[in-house]
Amino acid sequence: MADKVIYAMYDDDDVLKDGAKSLVSKGVKVSEVFSPFPIHGIDPIIGVKNTRLGIMAFIYGLTGLTLATVGMQYFMIIDWPMNIGGKPNFTYLENILAFIPITFEFTVLCAAHGMAITYLLRNKTLPGMPADNPDPRTTDDKFVMELRTSENANFSADELTKMVKDTGIVEIDEKVI
Amino acid sequence: MHKEAAIREPLILGHKTYHDITEDVCKPIEDKAPRMWYILFGIALIIALYGIGCILYLLGTGVGVWGLNKTIGWAWDITNFVWWVGIGHAGTLISAVLLLFRQKWRMAINRSAEAMTIFAVFMAGLFPLIHMGRLWLGYWVLPIPNHFGSLWVNFNSPLLWDVFAISTYLSVSLVFWYIGLIPDFATIRDRARKPLSKKMYSILSFGWSGRAKHWNRFELVSLVLAGLATPLVFSVHSIVSFDFATSVIPGWHTTIFPPYFVAGAVFSGFAMVQTLVLVMRKAMKLEAYIHTKHVEYMNIVIMVTGSIVGTAYITELFVSWYSGVEYEAYAFINRATGPYWWAYWSMMTCNVISPQLMWFRKLRRSLLFTFVISIVVNIGMWFERYVIIVTSIHRDYLPSSWSMHYPSHIDIGVYIGTIGIFFVFFLLFARYFPVLALNEVKSIMKSSSEYYKNLPDEHGHEVKEVETKVEEPKVEETEEDKPSEDDNEKSDEESDEENKDNNE
Repeated sequence: MADKVIYAMYDDDDVLKDGAKSLVSKGVKVSEVFSPFPIHGIDPIIGVKNTRLGIMAFIYGLTGLTLATVGMQYFMIIDWPMNIGGKPNFTYLENILAFIPITFEFTVLCAAHGMAITYLLRNKTLPGMPADNPDPRTTDDKFVMELRTSENANFSADELTKMVKDTGIVEIDEKVI
Repeated sequence: MHKEAAIREPLILGHKTYHDITEDVCKPIEDKAPRMWYILFGIALIIALYGIGCILYLLGTGVGVWGLNKTIGWAWDITNFVWWVGIGHAGTLISAVLLLFRQKWRMAINRSAEAMTIFAVFMAGLFPLIHMGRLWLGYWVLPIPNHFGSLWVNFNSPLLWDVFAISTYLSVSLVFWYIGLIPDFATIRDRARKPLSKKMYSILSFGWSGRAKHWNRFELVSLVLAGLATPLVFSVHSIVSFDFATSVIPGWHTTIFPPYFVAGAVFSGFAMVQTLVLVMRKAMKLEAYIHTKHVEYMNIVIMVTGSIVGTAYITELFVSWYSGVEYEAYAFINRATGPYWWAYWSMMTCNVISPQLMWFRKLRRSLLFTFVISIVVNIGMWFERYVIIVTSIHRDYLPSSWSMHYPSHIDIGVYIGTIGIFFVFFLLFARYFPVLALNEVKSIMKSSSEYYKNLPDEHGHEVKEVETKVEEPKVEETEEDKPSEDDNEKSDEESDEENKDNNE
């Protein structure tokens, strides 16, 4: 079945947010919002869950920590214990102070890059990817709400359009996918 | 979220709309570059090429072309390295630490400050690389399996810590900067008319579309990166200071070094931001976004860190006497009264006295005065490193080895050259990149712009009910709408707050 998509454009983030609130309270599903900057408080309204990237960053950090520890243990203690100024490297624990800075740096390195790469992949924002914002002005000063008829089985396209028109929009556009 | 105490000075002057912000930032990128840009770029390029020439000569001939001798084995090279790393501290401090503290004024300057950071760290990284002499063997600093048997780098050495610290700092700052740039590149992409720039910016923007979920991730990634970058900023210069502090040279062997170096780094970094931003705001007509208040805030940071640095100098001096170590005491007496007294006293004047002038409100709000002081501070901070490094080693334990350091023209050429390269990068950045974090500045407009702050107060009460005054859909941004939109803000305040907590 053809999926009709309604793009409602607003010129203010707060109007959009209130619009989304009233639509959602009527049982409409807002599938997406495109905005030039993060609209604070929109996520719970339209049902966007909080990202779990933070957990990933923690896991990447732990990986870095482990790699650094294992690496330095192998290089400095097992493979070739150095004797510097009469202070030999016999055990890892005795020498741990000297290994703290690099352990820290490597943890940060892995956490930051791991998270950044995951972020880009999850967003599918990569060099050469095509942009799919419905209107070029959504990266400037316009805010677009996307409603899909397929996700709003209880309403007809006309009903949706009518409801949307009551929320202070500045433009409306329909597309059939 | 949107409301901010009326007593705070607005951060965006005049009546700006979201579209105005886009216009103001994108205009310099889309228009032809002014003649002045070409002139500056030409000068910077000539200096840069001269510096590159000096570096090539150095690599071809050997490190002997520097003015080093057997007593003074470290001089300009490491001075310049520490100086550039120090300058490279402001950007990430502004974008990371101030983000954690929710300082909104950072949004106008963080983009250019971070660009400055990255370019400064490039320049800093150049010095350890070229001082290896055989640049092409630079990868030996990494712990990679090799054909020499079990030969690893020494993980006990602060010099190796530096390798990790600087490379982590550089790459993490770069990623932090770029993630913030992606949405702004998307703005330029969507406005671009010429096919070439459209193509370029669409590659750079990675296909960003501004979906709600993406913004949700964006905010969290910025926050976590800020959280990671904050200890990173402090660790980097601490580790740089370990290069000296862990040695046994009188004048270097000081436990005060890590905090003192970090304060000095922030001090010089902010000074460089001032130098660049004061010119940039004028040249690119961004006075509405970066105005006296921003300059004042930065001057306060300069004043505070300058005072920390001054305290550290005096503490160091006191401890050299109080410790009772005569070598230590001599190192400091020699600094102040020996043959390098002029370097010591220029450092003292530039770094201790000049920031104290910022106590005067009039002076710290004067743009011209700030500009002058910012340059003075950077000169002072260069001298600080020179004083620490050269005066501590030029008088050895053995008086027959006492020596002086005279820079060769290659020393000078390489140093001046890096300033040229730095400006080449920065000018290119100012020409092709959005110098203001568009998306961030837009997000503070309702809380901190002059227009919104001055809206009459009586609108702030009736909330919740959605204003359903449906005008016929129109494209034009209307100003009369604004006051009523302001009503709805209060109700969202709380949910925003919760959100923030969740993120944190």
